[in-house]
Amino acid sequence: MAGQKVAQDTGDLVLNRVSKLYGDFRAVDDLSLTIPDGSFFALLGPSGCGKTTTLRMIAGLEEPTSGTINIGDTDITTQKPYRRNVNTVFQNYALFPHLTIFENVAFGLRRRGIKDVKVEVESALALVELGHLAERKPSQLSGGQQQRIAVARAIVNKPEVLLLDEPLGALDLKLRRQMQIELKRIQTEVGITFIHVTHDQEEAMTMADTIAVMNQGKIEQLGSATELYESPKTAFVANFLGQCNLIKAKVQSRSGGKAVVSAKGLNFEIPLARVSTDSDSILMGIRPEKLRLDDSGTNSIKECVVTDRSFVGTSTQYLVRTPWDLELVVFEQNDEGLHDLRVGDKVSLEWDPEHTFGLDGSQDVNAGADLDDDE
Amino acid sequence: MTTLDLPRPSFSHRTSRWISRNLIRIYAGLAFIYLFIPVAYTFVFSFNNSGKSNLVWQGFTLDNWRNPCGAPQVCTAVVNSLQIGLISTVLATILGTMIAFAIGRHKFKGRSTTNLLIFLPMATPEVVLGASLLAMFLNLRINPGFWTIVIAHVMFCISFVVVTVKARIASLDPKLEQAAMDLYANERETFRYVTLPLVMPGIAGAALLAFSLSFDDFIITNFNSGIESTFPKFVYVSAARGIPAQANVIGSAMFFIALIIVIVGQAASRRRSRK
Repeated sequence: MAGQKVAQDTGDLVLNRVSKLYGDFRAVDDLSLTIPDGSFFALLGPSGCGKTTTLRMIAGLEEPTSGTINIGDTDITTQKPYRRNVNTVFQNYALFPHLTIFENVAFGLRRRGIKDVKVEVESALALVELGHLAERKPSQLSGGQQQRIAVARAIVNKPEVLLLDEPLGALDLKLRRQMQIELKRIQTEVGITFIHVTHDQEEAMTMADTIAVMNQGKIEQLGSATELYESPKTAFVANFLGQCNLIKAKVQSRSGGKAVVSAKGLNFEIPLARVSTDSDSILMGIRPEKLRLDDSGTNSIKECVVTDRSFVGTSTQYLVRTPWDLELVVFEQNDEGLHDLRVGDKVSLEWDPEHTFGLDGSQDVNAGADLDDDE
Repeated sequence: MTTLDLPRPSFSHRTSRWISRNLIRIYAGLAFIYLFIPVAYTFVFSFNNSGKSNLVWQGFTLDNWRNPCGAPQVCTAVVNSLQIGLISTVLATILGTMIAFAIGRHKFKGRSTTNLLIFLPMATPEVVLGASLLAMFLNLRINPGFWTIVIAHVMFCISFVVVTVKARIASLDPKLEQAAMDLYANERETFRYVTLPLVMPGIAGAALLAFSLSFDDFIITNFNSGIESTFPKFVYVSAARGIPAQANVIGSAMFFIALIIVIVGQAASRRRSRK
């Protein structure tokens, strides 16, 4: 289907030691990454972490300062954007306002010298279920419809890699959820590699097979949503994906498959397999929904006080202050085991050692917290 | 409010309330009357059975409209003005658009200076420009005439074209051109299929502005025209011995042609956005 203009080999997208400098600022810092052919991949991180720059280098809109980018065997590092078989769904869509929806979708086909575009354009419009709008202009479409046209305009070219730059950022919450499912469906249907850039951790977790969490131009951690959430390797990842309680502790012993750590005179157990550092100074992490308001069990903190309580439908979220004035977040499911505590109530916390993880203690406890909402 | 207990508002009350409610409409009406009295006057006196001087109403006639070239030299002057206007517009629009793209799209040494220098002709008094140009032509031993008028008109129109087109280019989202490049359009195709069509309304507006500036210009033209006549110059010269009613006919016709162009343009753009 493609003319002579575009290379047609498929394969994994490989970034090898890619850096991008703006003056002295390292937007992307020695990044190496392999994205398997046909996968749904997310680049997740706060604004300014280098995820969009990475995407633009793959699209050819920026040139790396150093390093190489390959698709299969082809080196595309310095190839012009119109020579690579990569298409982008832009933030705010960038539909051509002077062309009809049909001509917007046909644009890429026509530029490659394809005369008969009707069948392909119509099937792309059918894929996003907007065939009836073909003769409209972009300004007559709602945000959600424009977003789907932007996807159709890119997908109709059957690129090897489809790049999505915060494509859902401008939509309201309900529509965003709907589009997440829609995009996932389209990706499964067409089987193209999708690279999705987002600062919304929930969006990344819902949609992507593999997520790379980026921070300050580097990849903090790469893995499935479950891996990143249950076994974060850095404080940044722990805080950026969902909420997390991190407690500074010292390792007392490592034996029998478990580490015993102490904090403020209390001892806790962590499975050794879940401790990702050899250092004696660690951060002990427990997700809020893993904490229980009881005082039995190996890992527990007694004599805590409830300082805040908010009801959020499926769960009740408590802020609980430990005897040494550290505030921990606790989510309790709204089912029959509900404690229904009030602010000022005395309470104890306990959790399963299996749900504890240990991170290197030299990190900032608050790294990555409260970053996901600013954009 | 307990309106039931209040007495019926007095007449003067109601009048003043009516005025305060309709103040904007009254003001707008007065402003339009102020703006259009000269046009209406010109139009009405194009039907004056005037004879030599068209200052006093002497009875209704359609003769002036039936024979707009009736007054000596008037149509030569109009044709000259149209030719000069068209040639100047084409040249100034092409040159000005290219300058606008250079300033709006490229970073080069001396860009802000160029930007400033482009504004200067607009700020310079026309008499000064006209006199300087004449002095220059005479020094170069070029006889003033048709082409010196064109050169002068292109010169002062360029600034307006640059400013108009540059504003349009500045409002263009660079993401659209990136999207075109992303969709297999090379630099030339991106310009042809995305950039140019999107800047076109600005270029068209600039061309209309250039034409009306050129057609209208008297001061600079008068310095640099030699014995060549243009419509404004014809009207000025004839003012001494009485402007023929044919000038009113041509003036009114220009007004209505411009009005039709605006209305058609508006209707077309509304139809385009509705479609």
